[in-house]
Amino acid sequence: MSDYRSHVLVCNGTGCASSHGVVVVDKLKSELERQNLSNEILVVPTGCHGMCEMGPIVVVYPEGTFYCRVKPDDIPNLVEEHLLKGHPVESLMYKDREGQSIPNYKKIPFYGKQHRVALQNCGYINPADIEEYIARDGYEGLAKALGEMTPQAVIDEVKKSGLRGRGGGGFPTGVKWGFCASSPGPKKYVICNADEGDPGAFMDRSILEGDPHAVIEGMAIGAYAMGADEGYIYCRAEYPLAIRRLRQAISQAEESGLLGENIFNSGFNFAVHVKEGAGAFVCGEETALMASIEGQRGMPRPRPPFPAISGLWAKPSNINNVETWANVPQILHKGGDWYASMGTDKSKGTKVFALTGKVKHTGLVEVPMGIPLREIIYDIGGGILDDPSGAPKEFKAVQIGGPSGGCLTKDHLDVPITYESLPALGAIMGSGGLVVMDEENCMVDIARFFLEFTQRESCGKCTPCREGTKQMLLLLEKICGGHGEMKDIDLLEELGLMVKEMSLCGLGQTAPNPVLTTLRYFRDEYEAHIRDHKCPAGSCQALLSYSIVQNACKKCGLCAKNCPVHCIPGGRAEGYAIITERCIKCGTCFTKCPFGAIAKG
Amino acid sequence: MNLSAEEMRKKVLEIIDPWRGREGGLIPILQALQGAMGYVAEPAVKIVSEELKIPMSEIYSVATFYAQFHLTPRGRHVVRVCRGTACHVRGSLKILDAIKEQTGCAENGTTEDLRFSLEPVACLGACGLAPVMVVDDQTFGRSAPDGVRAILEQFL
Repeated sequence: MSDYRSHVLVCNGTGCASSHGVVVVDKLKSELERQNLSNEILVVPTGCHGMCEMGPIVVVYPEGTFYCRVKPDDIPNLVEEHLLKGHPVESLMYKDREGQSIPNYKKIPFYGKQHRVALQNCGYINPADIEEYIARDGYEGLAKALGEMTPQAVIDEVKKSGLRGRGGGGFPTGVKWGFCASSPGPKKYVICNADEGDPGAFMDRSILEGDPHAVIEGMAIGAYAMGADEGYIYCRAEYPLAIRRLRQAISQAEESGLLGENIFNSGFNFAVHVKEGAGAFVCGEETALMASIEGQRGMPRPRPPFPAISGLWAKPSNINNVETWANVPQILHKGGDWYASMGTDKSKGTKVFALTGKVKHTGLVEVPMGIPLREIIYDIGGGILDDPSGAPKEFKAVQIGGPSGGCLTKDHLDVPITYESLPALGAIMGSGGLVVMDEENCMVDIARFFLEFTQRESCGKCTPCREGTKQMLLLLEKICGGHGEMKDIDLLEELGLMVKEMSLCGLGQTAPNPVLTTLRYFRDEYEAHIRDHKCPAGSCQALLSYSIVQNACKKCGLCAKNCPVHCIPGGRAEGYAIITERCIKCGTCFTKCPFGAIAKG
Repeated sequence: MNLSAEEMRKKVLEIIDPWRGREGGLIPILQALQGAMGYVAEPAVKIVSEELKIPMSEIYSVATFYAQFHLTPRGRHVVRVCRGTACHVRGSLKILDAIKEQTGCAENGTTEDLRFSLEPVACLGACGLAPVMVVDDQTFGRSAPDGVRAILEQFL
């Protein structure tokens, strides 16, 4: 490897790649070539940097200068000024609320409060190069486990770390490993659940794309501890880049002798296969996932027997999620005590959250457990996104934990996030999706949205889930459509509790959560829909009507010009009015009016 | 892709050969079939069934369970609209409606000229760019209903 005076890291995660990140890499390379700098400066495409909103992100090392929203056209100037002359380009830097440029990315509030463990390499190394992973202490954890520790000692170390299943279950990882290790039989499997189907969560995707070796190393350590010699990574087919990176990482590890036969001369053998999912949310459930690997319909089955006793092809198996596996190498390398020193008493370590929705800086955020929502949303996320017109918006709710989770309100902003605090409020940690909502989001509509999802994704095997979620969805559609009756609220609650109690697997058992929490915290919105035929957030189309506020109207005619059904007659002289009966409530006039003269209500 | 019966048989045998005598091959086989032919065609299913001694009913029970598999030919360009939570709260339903209006294509349907297939998907994992639409493998983030036409026109 030659020496370079500078490394330029360009985010090529899915977010940045889809906003020209790949073109930026090509352009940088050709520009460096043109300036004769190719042998002095190295361009490294990396995985996700987390701050997806600001992509594509370019970081210049050794200084650590952070550039965001870099367009291909900015490259000649960047190369000329920064890389040739040594003058950082201020116009491409991140600006804080006061408009001040912040050159170093560690000083940006979004990164300042984070503590990266599972994401430590994401955006920092080239995921396509095993040497870069090794340079960051990669495979040290595996070497230590195989060279110095018994399988039991590995399990004890993971127990000591307090790591709990990051896929949502929160079950202590070391204890789970212990079950599988003590299960008799010569053939065992370890499985990585990379079937991230939660709408609004993309941490697994980013880890797989940005640091695939961490997952593979974690699995190898787990396999050694539990006595398995074969592993499967079940990854969504919707994540083609993640699958490509995984396959590449596996073959590099095999070539380096870090996977395969007799790893580190310890007599330990381990092989990993990548299995592409075929698009079924329920396959995130462990028994369904194993059925899918076996080539069947991905339907869950009752437990016991637990997978630790009888899992894939009836052999003892252990399933952990991507983020869980990615934490393991560092726990081995730095010790369980180190990991347990972060977080709270019962929820140790860090958690990656996917912060999205109506928040200024969407992206991936890794923070110590126990941090309050307020710090994530306001300090890291920069607060609530302004209206496109620039008007500030109010925080209304945050949906946590995906379709299995619940909606929390501003009263909960200071509650520390742990595996215990969230269920007490009716939500769950889930995979860590945080969708922030403002006053324009209707909570009844959000409940309907999630029910539509779980109802569609129900595998149909058990009646409470198949029929119960269907009936709940019909009730919610009725309410959003303006035909609700007061007794529907009680019925919804009753049905929700029944589905929760009676369903076979986690999908059904948690499907009512979004409905039950919105009923608990936003019951007045349900009542407004039913009693007053109003959607207070102005989101349910059937309950909306648009009108023109005559004294704000400047008679410019933009609304009439843009109306797709031509229901705003009038003219410059007499002004305009909306014919309510013909209005399709598409909201075009509302968004197009530059004077805020269209009223929604 | 239009294959003659003979070509089809050759292609299918090529796909299933590595799976003879092994377990767990059905889904990867269906994925490969769809990859090669664009959809899971009935004559191909018949060959798989005969060669691997898996009943047609079992193959169809798997093929219809997963969202990925299509039993009819699809458009030259697949338009996916993210209907994940982040995209939903930032207005992806309006994007979906705009595409339906522009193309005349129903959800999970294909236009008559086989130009577009339209698929709402649960989440594309690019939530930071919400609302997101994807045409083939090109992602368009921060999309708006009035930008849909310009995007679709790139795919003639």
